[in-house]
Amino acid sequence: MNQDKYYVKITSKHNLFDLKLKEVWQYRQLVLLLTKRDFTIRYKQTILGPAWLFIRPLFTAVIYSIVFGNIANIGTEGIPKFVFYLAGYALWDFFSGCTYNNSQTFNYNVHLFSKVYFPRMVTSCATILTSALDFLIQMTVVLVFIVAYTLRGDIVPNFIMWGLLPFLILWLGIMGMGVGIIVSSLTTKYRDLSILFGFIMSLWMYGTPIVYPVSFLEPGILKNLILFNPVTSVVELFRFILLGSGSIESVYLLWSAFFTVMVALIGILTFNRVEKTFLDTI
Amino acid sequence: MAVNELLERPVALKLTNVKKVYRLGQFSSSTLKEELQRRREERKERKEGKVKKESESSRILPDNTFLALNDINLTIYEGEAVGIIGKNGAGKSTLLKLISRVTAPSAGEIELYGRVTSMLEVGTGFHYEMTGKENIYLNGAILGMTKDEIDSKLEDIIDFSEVRDFIDTPVKRYSSGMYVKLGFSVAAHLESEIIIMDEVLAVGDMEFQTKCLDKMKEVVEKEGRTVLYVSHNMNTIKRLCSRCIVLDEGGIVFDGNVDEAINIYFGSDKTSKVFIDYREIERLPWLTDTKARFISAEIVGKNNTSFLRGDRMNLRFIWQNDKDIQNLSLRVEVLSTEKTAVGTAFLYDFYSGRKGETGEVEVELDLSYLASETYTLNYVLFEKNEYGINCNVDCVYGHKFTIEPDGIINWDTRYWGRVVLPDLKVRREEI
Repeated sequence: MNQDKYYVKITSKHNLFDLKLKEVWQYRQLVLLLTKRDFTIRYKQTILGPAWLFIRPLFTAVIYSIVFGNIANIGTEGIPKFVFYLAGYALWDFFSGCTYNNSQTFNYNVHLFSKVYFPRMVTSCATILTSALDFLIQMTVVLVFIVAYTLRGDIVPNFIMWGLLPFLILWLGIMGMGVGIIVSSLTTKYRDLSILFGFIMSLWMYGTPIVYPVSFLEPGILKNLILFNPVTSVVELFRFILLGSGSIESVYLLWSAFFTVMVALIGILTFNRVEKTFLDTI
Repeated sequence: MAVNELLERPVALKLTNVKKVYRLGQFSSSTLKEELQRRREERKERKEGKVKKESESSRILPDNTFLALNDINLTIYEGEAVGIIGKNGAGKSTLLKLISRVTAPSAGEIELYGRVTSMLEVGTGFHYEMTGKENIYLNGAILGMTKDEIDSKLEDIIDFSEVRDFIDTPVKRYSSGMYVKLGFSVAAHLESEIIIMDEVLAVGDMEFQTKCLDKMKEVVEKEGRTVLYVSHNMNTIKRLCSRCIVLDEGGIVFDGNVDEAINIYFGSDKTSKVFIDYREIERLPWLTDTKARFISAEIVGKNNTSFLRGDRMNLRFIWQNDKDIQNLSLRVEVLSTEKTAVGTAFLYDFYSGRKGETGEVEVELDLSYLASETYTLNYVLFEKNEYGINCNVDCVYGHKFTIEPDGIINWDTRYWGRVVLPDLKVRREEI
């Protein structure tokens, strides 16, 4: 028999530095199926279906243009306001989707986790993929406007750097997952956090240059705080590549990269620790 | 089976000193505030040197934790079908959860020599908006199957599930029976070495249950896979399993032969006694005639009160004559648990005796007319008075017993009553 191949030893102890990435790889088909499930079921029994993926960012960008662009009169570094908000919102939507949905991992999947074993990280990976898929679809809308504005000469995108875009997405995806699964590990014990976290996420958006550029800020504590936000430099870089404007400082980019690696490592380790017995406390 | 033979077979799974402890009380649903409060109280108690009082149950430990499983040692060999029985709360489900890796043990280790499919529920991960076929792939992947494996078994799975006509319909339109059938079919066709089932067969109609049991039996006998099966239905345990484990209060109390295990399991039900002593028991106030009084009643030849349909119950009665008695009769009344009379059996004019003597009789009660249910008995001694009217001499509450379901037919006493009439016969024209 092929017994040794599947030998598993379960003990109460936990290897702290076991990331279990190999095991997740073995379940890659499940990742894809869960992604497909999450993506397709969302728009079942809706009239407009996936068209909602276009409508939502367009609506949001219109509202932002009115509220922040016209009423509050916040500048956008000379970039047409609509495409500025549209691109920023798409990226933020991706990041917050990764973060928030990962923070709910245990709550959403308790019925599944309580009945059958598979590496719990599988659901986190599926969550990132679903958000990434949403993002790609939203990006098609963004691209249409970028092309239009470029042809009119309103913006000058840095086309040479576009190869970096997937890398940026991965960067934000991993950061979001890291933060999300740390929160999810804590929410198995303290439900308060999941309510609080929804609030934190909306606050976080205003601490990130989505509806304003970093250059709009006056130097001071507030600006330093916003620069310290690890999402800030990624967003600025993203807009610099797509729309040709943004302030990039390598110190903050390095800090963001460091933050991402740390938060992902800590996240996976706490997550693996919690997944073994979370059922007893949830 | 000979011990030597068992030793030579490869091990499928092995548990060594496995313990599982749960924290009791509010903890599981605590909010941050409560948790902080709890910690503060604990610190205060420690400072004051308070000793928490010992709990009555030995499974509840002084630090307010509950010992769900205590020191389980178990080796199961390849190709065995092992039944696990025990009362609610004995630790059956916890044991299966540990083996299926849903939660981790608090101490000890579990070694698995193969992939595990856990059917703690059927249709785990089914999404109601997705079609039957989509759900087969999803459910299969959740249970650890690759797409190629599912592709190669898809036809078998659909055939077995009996829902081919609805395979492209979202499962939200399925009846609960179809849902269960599809779920079971996927799990039953997995290529795992160890299969764990927790009462999944309790749902679904009788025909499908039988089909599932046969399928599991085939998997064990032909493919040499290992099955762990938890159920309260002893007949399915008997049908499927070659070995049976009885759990009680978090520990293994028996491991071995299935019939013996079932007897031990029913014996551990302390509420239904086999021997009843009536000497100290108050009689009902209307019993004024004191010619004779029961001393005891006993079910003979059994150490539990569970019967199969068609069994006979042997009862031995002993009573004391307070006066001279002639032509004493006995009747055994059968009542449902809600005290509705079901039927009565008589023994007429079987005894005469003198004052001070003790009388004794052993009778056989035919249970083949009773449907599977729990019943209670009343025992009545009576005689005919000078006018020819029956007069009760003594009357007591008797044994409580259960007729186990026979697995052939799912008798529903609500609609069919509690009496099993003789089978219908086809009437043929005389030639």
